[in-house]
Amino acid sequence: MIELKDLSLVYPNGTQGLKDVNVKINDGEFVVIVGLSGAGKSTFIRSINRLVTPTSGDLLIDNENILDYRGKDLRNLRTKVGMIFQNYNLVKRSTVMKNVISGRLGHTGTLKSILNLYSKEDMALAYESLKRVNIENKIYSRADQLSGGQQQRVSIARVLTQQPKVVLADEPVASLDPPTSHQVMKYLKKINQEDNITTIVNLHFIDMAMEYADRIIGMRAGEIVFDGPASEVNEQTFEEIYGRPIKEDDIRGGKEDVETP
Amino acid sequence: MSKPLNPTGRVPTSLVSGRTKLKMNVIMVIVLAFYIFSSYMTNASVLRFDQAFFTNVWNMVIQLFPPNWAYASIVWEKLLETLKMALVATTIAGILCIPFSLLAANNIVQNKFLYNFIKMFLNIMRTIPELILAVVFVGLFGIGIFPGILALIIFSLGILAKLISETVESIDMNPLEAIRASGGNTIQVIWYAVVPQVLPQFVSFTLYVFEINVRASVVLGFVGAGGIGLILRQQLNFLSYQNVSTIIVITFVVVVVIDYISNKLRRELV
Amino acid sequence: MNINIPPKPQKNSLKILRNIVISIGLAVLYVWTFATIEVPWGRIFSERTLINIDRVIPKLFSPDFTFASKVMDYMMETLFIAFAGSFMAAILAVPFGFLAASNINSNPVFNTIGKWILNADRTFPEILLALIFVVAIGPGAFAGVLAIAIHSVGMLGKLYSEVIESIDMNVVEAMEANGANKIQIFFYGIIPQVIPEFMSYAIYRFEIDVRASTILGIIGAGGIGTLLVISSRNRNWDEVGMILLVIIVFVSIIDYISSAIRKRIV
Repeated sequence: MIELKDLSLVYPNGTQGLKDVNVKINDGEFVVIVGLSGAGKSTFIRSINRLVTPTSGDLLIDNENILDYRGKDLRNLRTKVGMIFQNYNLVKRSTVMKNVISGRLGHTGTLKSILNLYSKEDMALAYESLKRVNIENKIYSRADQLSGGQQQRVSIARVLTQQPKVVLADEPVASLDPPTSHQVMKYLKKINQEDNITTIVNLHFIDMAMEYADRIIGMRAGEIVFDGPASEVNEQTFEEIYGRPIKEDDIRGGKEDVETP
Repeated sequence: MSKPLNPTGRVPTSLVSGRTKLKMNVIMVIVLAFYIFSSYMTNASVLRFDQAFFTNVWNMVIQLFPPNWAYASIVWEKLLETLKMALVATTIAGILCIPFSLLAANNIVQNKFLYNFIKMFLNIMRTIPELILAVVFVGLFGIGIFPGILALIIFSLGILAKLISETVESIDMNPLEAIRASGGNTIQVIWYAVVPQVLPQFVSFTLYVFEINVRASVVLGFVGAGGIGLILRQQLNFLSYQNVSTIIVITFVVVVVIDYISNKLRRELV
Repeated sequence: MNINIPPKPQKNSLKILRNIVISIGLAVLYVWTFATIEVPWGRIFSERTLINIDRVIPKLFSPDFTFASKVMDYMMETLFIAFAGSFMAAILAVPFGFLAASNINSNPVFNTIGKWILNADRTFPEILLALIFVVAIGPGAFAGVLAIAIHSVGMLGKLYSEVIESIDMNVVEAMEANGANKIQIFFYGIIPQVIPEFMSYAIYRFEIDVRASTILGIIGAGGIGTLLVISSRNRNWDEVGMILLVIIVFVSIIDYISSAIRKRIV
């Protein structure tokens, strides 16, 4: 369980990233955070794996306050919390397999990881993860030879290899076209259901949020302005969250393409 | 009918504004004046290019021919020594530059003081030409290849660390965040996210520095720091011009061949 | 869990062979180099070296400031050599640049000859040129200026030709359509496009030449190197320290000014 208590974050330049946020996220939930850019969505999820550090309040994961974690504890936390990025964040010159196995780094000694000495189990796990997102045939391709959707699937496989309890996804489909976006969201949903991984996704497309989320959290100016099950949400809710009428840009549209294995 | 071209009656007198023209003229006069002054101070005015000058140079040139091929075996031996010096120096500089180039990259080192200190240190290192370093090291360690290698290492370390730190500064930072987010420690972040992005440039720049070192090591012998320069200067002092031209021709061909190979390799790398 | 090992990467056997050959080649090269390089370690790690270092290093770092004015005189001479050499090269490189630019000079034979001359020139170290001139016309700054000028033409000519090759040829075409002749096109269509870059590269070359000129005196071609040889031969290490300090300061200042000017030009 993830629990944010009166959590605030002020950046060194004075920007308020989060403002008195109080939220409880249960294990296995699929939460979508919506809001305009700059609303604090990114700060919210980056606080959970401490890529940014909140300046006041408490952040409990399984009843442990992670805000004073440093060094080893922090890396340990991060091995349990996987993250997916808008720009995939793969090492473009490395192979797909090398990118995926890098999910095991937190579990592997420095020397072993430098000499590429991974156990059979780790290699098998990485391969299994690639299979789960149907991209195992690209295993030895270089990451920059893949399309955007394929790269995002590789980054999902990297997270799976980490065997996390929580997955954070920061605008995972913002750089993709509509059919690929749906495909990526479907994979995220599938992992969430099969492995019971708590999943927190930032999105700004309202149709996708309604389609995939169990629960929607709306943010504006660092504050939570809506929190409720996806079934209770309609367009008006979004207009309230965004503080303006819905525009065409807020809707992704499209349907998933026929899967190409 | 066409309108009058200049309704106000003012006719432009120039193609550029008066200020620009004045500025250009002033700059040109200053540069030219400084050149004339420099050539006067260095006794290198155009008046020096008289008949005696061309006769002297021509006399020297004809004495260079034909090269004395019997001398070639000695040249080869010394040239190999020169190349070995360049190879050893480049290798050592390549290894030493790794920590320096990471410390001189502002996306890796957050400590501003340390970053600026290392940058300044590298800048100072690059201001002193290798031949001057060689003079100092010969004074310290005596005549031989060791001071030469040391001079090459220090000079090429400065160049290499600068080039590679710039490459490190231009890498995509997103993968670093991803590795950090999955729990990797600093060394793992560098090895998995920085090294793959930098490696091709690293090899390419090291080859480039090897080219520079080959050319530099040719002249180190002038100050007693080993290599082919030693016999070159010696043969010039003996006025054995045909041996001199043998040295020049062979060295020149070898340098061109090395440059060619290295260029080809580098083009394939990046 | 059912362990399912990923398939072995399939590699081109030719590629593997190539990698093995390269690895063995490199290994042999290194073993041979380190095995046959003759470094008199015994002498280097002797007591004498320690005494030398002990005596020399502190003096290097406590430069003799009474020597400063003399060093300045020679440093100024170095700057004059560099400036005169760079200036001559900046002018001489123009015809070579046009000769080697394939969009202006469409004759492939002359074009290749131009490129080859410039390449050969760049490969020839200036200090070697200086040495030849010292022998031919006697020691002095003139030999240094000549060496700097001739060597710099190689790099400047190449950079100039690249600038010329990148100009907008549509302008030239438009002028041809206007009925302008070749000389008019040259002055109105080409020169304005290339002048800022030419100047920027010439200043950059001056920056390099200042550094290069500091060594000329070592072989008798004028400048601060002359002093360096005398001081180091006489083992006046505090004087050597002063010389190094002046070189570092001057080269740094000139680098700074030069890059500031170049940023404004382009």
